[in-house]
Parts: sequence; C-alpha cells; structure tokens
Amino acid sequence: MTPLEISEKLKAKFGDRILEAKIEGAIDPFVKIAVPAVAEAALFLRDDADLAFDYLMCLSGVDYTKGVLGVVYHLCSMTKRHKITLKAEIPATAPEIPSVTTVWPAAGWHEREAYDMFGIVFTGHPELRRILLPDDYPGHPLRKDFKVPEFYQGMKIPY
Amino acid sequence: MPETLTSPLRTSTGRKVRKDEMILNMGPQHPSTHGVLRLELVVDGEIVVDVIPHIGYLHRCFEKHAEHMTNYQQVIPYCDRMDYIASMNMDWAYALAVEKLLGLQIPERVEYIRVIMGELQRIASHLIAIGTYGLDIGAFTPFLYCFRDRERILDLFETTCGARLLYNYIWVGGLSHDLPPGFIDKAKAFCKYFRPNIKELNDLLTFNEIFIKRTAHIGILPAETAVAYACSGPMLRGSGVDWDLRRDDPYSIYSRFEWTPQIGRGEVGTLGDCWDRYMVRVREMEQSLNIIEQALEQIPEGDVQSAVPRRIRPNAGDVYVRSESPRGEIGFYVISDGSATPYRVKGRAPAFVNLSVCPEICKGYMIADVVAVVGSIDIVLGEVDR
Amino acid sequence: MGLLDKEFGTSNVVVTTLENMLNWARLSSIWQMHFGLACCAIEMMAASASHYDFDRFGVIPRATPRQADVMIVSGTVTLKMASRIKRLYDQMCEPRYVISMGSCSNCGGPYWEHGYHVLKGVDRVIPVDVYVPGCPPRPEALMEGLIKLQEKIRGASLVKKTA
Repeated sequence: MTPLEISEKLKAKFGDRILEAKIEGAIDPFVKIAVPAVAEAALFLRDDADLAFDYLMCLSGVDYTKGVLGVVYHLCSMTKRHKITLKAEIPATAPEIPSVTTVWPAAGWHEREAYDMFGIVFTGHPELRRILLPDDYPGHPLRKDFKVPEFYQGMKIPY
Repeated sequence: MPETLTSPLRTSTGRKVRKDEMILNMGPQHPSTHGVLRLELVVDGEIVVDVIPHIGYLHRCFEKHAEHMTNYQQVIPYCDRMDYIASMNMDWAYALAVEKLLGLQIPERVEYIRVIMGELQRIASHLIAIGTYGLDIGAFTPFLYCFRDRERILDLFETTCGARLLYNYIWVGGLSHDLPPGFIDKAKAFCKYFRPNIKELNDLLTFNEIFIKRTAHIGILPAETAVAYACSGPMLRGSGVDWDLRRDDPYSIYSRFEWTPQIGRGEVGTLGDCWDRYMVRVREMEQSLNIIEQALEQIPEGDVQSAVPRRIRPNAGDVYVRSESPRGEIGFYVISDGSATPYRVKGRAPAFVNLSVCPEICKGYMIADVVAVVGSIDIVLGEVDR
Repeated sequence: MGLLDKEFGTSNVVVTTLENMLNWARLSSIWQMHFGLACCAIEMMAASASHYDFDRFGVIPRATPRQADVMIVSGTVTLKMASRIKRLYDQMCEPRYVISMGSCSNCGGPYWEHGYHVLKGVDRVIPVDVYVPGCPPRPEALMEGLIKLQEKIRGASLVKKTA
C-alpha cells in the first residue's frame, strides 16, 4: 500500500483524531494522531489485514520546544513491505501518552528510554523506570532546557 | 505466591522472590558480559527464574553531543564510537540518513568503496563475535585465530584511513580518503587467504562436540517473539525469519551483487537456539567475501570527495533510514530544523533492541547458559547505551 | 637494565638487594584485571591476542580484582560506573596500580564538553599511575604505557609507601 492509501485508511477509521497527514512534500510521509487514540491506532495498525504493521522499527521522544514534547513511531510491515511514521504531540507540563507495549513488546525499552531522556510518562507500561541514567539523576537530559548539574554523588560533572 | 514462601528480599526493581530463591548479580564487571552490562539473576539453585538486565553504564550522551555539533559531519566520530566494533557501518548509516535529507547523489566509486569497507567490517565484527563467544564458552584458541585474521583486515583499514578501530572514514557525501595504491590487490589477497580459514574455524569450534552441547537447544527464540520484539540481524535470521535489509529494504548498490542472506535451519538442535545464531554469523562471513570479491572486480574510477557538500544545511524535515550492521538494523532518525546543526539525532541501535528479549529467552536455563545466550545476542554496550 | 636481566657468564650466583629482587619479580608478572569498558577494551584485547602479545611481558588477564595487580581502565567512565570502579579498586590488594588507557579515562575524551553522564577522567575517583593517550591508543601505545609502569615499579621502594 502506498503511504497515501495508508493515511486514507487511518482517516476513514479515526476521522478527526488524525490531526495531520503529510504525504507529499515530506521525505518520510507521516500521520499525526491525537494522543488518546494512540493505543487504539496501534492495535488497528498491527491487526488490520491490509496494514499488518508487525514491526516497530523505532520509537523516539522529541522535544519540540515551546512546551511541546512528542513521540514518533516508525513502523514497518515485514509481510507487506510498507512503512509509515506516526507522530503524537503532548504538552510538556502533563506529558502522558498511552503505552504500546501490549501491541509491540519492542516498545518496552524504547519507552523507558523516552521516559528517561524526556520525562514522558507512558501510561500502562509494565515497568516504567529509568534505563540509561542512574535512578537518582536529577532532570531529563535531552530536553532543550536541561542544565547539567554541578555535582552528582560528590563527583564533579563539568570539565 | 503465598506469604510463607516469600522472602523479605526484593530485587532492585521490587520483584518478590521466594524463600528458596537467590538474587545473584552478574556484572557490571564480569569477564563474560561483553562490556559493562549488569544482569540481576533470580535463581532457584542453578536454574534461572528471572533475568533483569541493567544497562546505562556506558551512556555517553551521544544524542546530546549530536545536537551541539557545529555541523552534520562532526557527528560522525560519535557515530563511530556507538558500535565501536563495526564503525564503518555506523558511519555509513548516519551518512545515508543525512544524504537522504539532502537528496544527494553519491558517485559510483564511493558506493563501491563503501560496500567493500562495510563488508570487510562485517567480517571483522563477526570475527570478534565468534572469537569472544568461544572465549565465553571456554575455548581460547579460536579467539586467537579470529584476532589474527582480524588484524589482516585492520591492516587494510589502516592503509586507507590511518585508524584501526574508529575510522571517521565515511562522510556525508563521500569518503575522507580514496583507496591507496595497491589496496585492491591486498584486498583480493586477503579474500583468498581468509576463505579456507572459515573451514578451519568450523573444524575448531563450530562442530566441536562441547560447543554444540553448550549452545544447541539453549536460548530458543521463536520467530513470532523475535518479530514482536523487533529483533534484527543474525538474531532474527537465526530464528528462521528470512529478512535482511540489504535485500529487503535495499540501500546503496547491494542489488548489483549475487549473494544470499543466511538463515538458521535448526540443523544441530532447535531452530532459533544459540548455535543457529552463531552459525548465521559464520555463514555471513563467507557471503561477505563473495560481495567483496565482486565489488573489487567492478569498482570504477572517480573522485571520492566530489559530492561532499561544502555546507550541510538541509531543509526542515525528518527522516529515518536503516541499514544492516553486523548486529542488525541500525537506524538513524534525524530531524533538521533548517540550520547547520542537527535538531535531533536518535540512534536506533540493534543491540539495544536485541537485548530486550534476553529475559524471555533465558528463563528456565542454568546460569552458565545465560553466558551462552548473552554471547549469542552479540551486544556491544557502546550502542546499547549510546 | 638491572643486574638480574643480564646473562650469567662464569658463575650463576647473583647478589642484589631485596628491593631490586622484589621489584623485578613484581614488574615481570603484572596481572591485569579484566576491565574493558568501551572501545579501548577492544584494543586491549587485541594487545592480549597473538599479534601484539601481552603474555610475553607476563601480563595475563584475571577476572577478579582480588588476584590482579593492575587495573587498566580502558574506556569511558560514566557516573553510573564510577562508584563500581571505586569499589573494584578498593578490592584490589596492594601493591596495586592503575593504567588509564585512552582519552576518555584520562580526561573525558571526546565527551568532555556535553557529557552530562561522563566522568571527566577516572582520576576523579581513583589514583592513576600511568596515562596512555589515544582514541583508542594502538596496542603498541598500551605496551609503552605498560613498560613505563614497569619502570615505575622498578624504582619502587619497600620503605617508602606508594599506591
């Protein structure tokens, strides 16, 4: 299926919960979806016979500044050989988004990393805790407004 | 579980354990964990009940550095250090992503050299994987043989770009240096020298009865689980799934060469066990030799720096490009905001994703088998932690 | 070159000080602790392999710090790892030495500027005897670092306490 057909199918199912679909003029076509619909969309994308997105290539957190964080899902189908990108934006003051670990178990560690680096809380994740940084590290480093702490457990961090 | 059986001890994640179970710690300093990986094992005697991996001991802030570099080319040395055993493939993956953002056309000679370097690097990486895997199981000699052959490949890399391990060779739009005179003959001589060594390796290690007893029927990963956990590379192919990005999501000029992706067949043991994953790597080395020999015959003349842009300032947009590194699918998600500095670079590391399936495939085996399973996943902590 | 390294001509009796003999014994068999952190670990493994053999200097890898003389810190030291490095160093028995291999453990390396999780040099947690520069240092460079450590041990004194 072409990216246009995939986005049409998503729009048919989710209506105005699809906020944006950029197919022409984008190097990687993407579909932006409203946050509450993410879990349902994930199930639909995996289980629908024509879409069959069974492989979650990558899940990234992004800091779009101006108080907006985002999660980007890159999906591909091994049987149908097509790809799509799904984006969702969340406010930085209340960064919560449903988790997709029940749909693609591969998301487990990716979501933990997004939580670690950006502070995005994935509701329904079986064990949401820091993965790369120590548990008591202050702050979420990949946010654009992050300031490096001076000391951590008595060790000086800056050069 | 009933209260009488619960011990007051908890794992570091708060999991309860029974009174007759122990919590053992493997790592972060351990001879067999391939780097700084910490595995918390909940064991019932010798049988492993649960494995909780803890990573992050080598988190070197790659993504933060990428956002602060003054231009896109400066990120490449950091990509090298992500998977330091397969640096050429890391550089290539990042260069592919930025070139797609820019819409660059790459000269033919550059593509051929990239393929030759990528495949040589694949052989070198698999040699380390095989050598250290043998070392973990207890066989010291294959380790020395593999490193001896790897030194020949590193000599080739050193004559080309001056470095043995972290090359900074594949740039956005081209390469840093052209091939030196005599490289093609030396590479052909290496291919001729190395092919019989694979048979020697098979005699030493692969069909060795002790090795088979340690790795067959261990760490069985079913194909559906592998796809659900987004495993890639030999991990996925060892479970019988015929999926190789060089053929199925083609990039560069791989379609011009004749070669076959290798998949596990369950010949000695169950399909998807450690031996299958290991054997996929051994067979892939031979296929890489085929690709290198074909590329060396067909390589054209040209200027390797002609397409390297003076300034890299892509239009605003984002792109995700993936390629096949020796460990699996390496992907870079690059967001550009129209300036000369990347806005966000996310490295999707194959070892990070492959390691997440470790708890599933270690349960029910013995502690020594955990070593065999972790070795067969072939992790490199530099890319797990980035 | 000391007295003990020369070949014996007429007689096979050597007279030397206890200090010289102990130092000679210690530097000829420096057992290193398996402590590979990152990329430099691969070069350290290559140095122990057959092409740049480390074993001819008497250096063999030991897995546990209790049996090791030298800890070659090869690779980037992160904040999460730093407390473990300190603990491992404390577990080594004296006389113990530390070789800091590579830019990352010397001074933070390429991650010095924006590394929010990188310790800028392992000498912020443990005392270091020899620094080997490079990113990664060639196996020959690591060998030179080892020989410098050997010279340091040769000059060690039983009376004056060092590391």
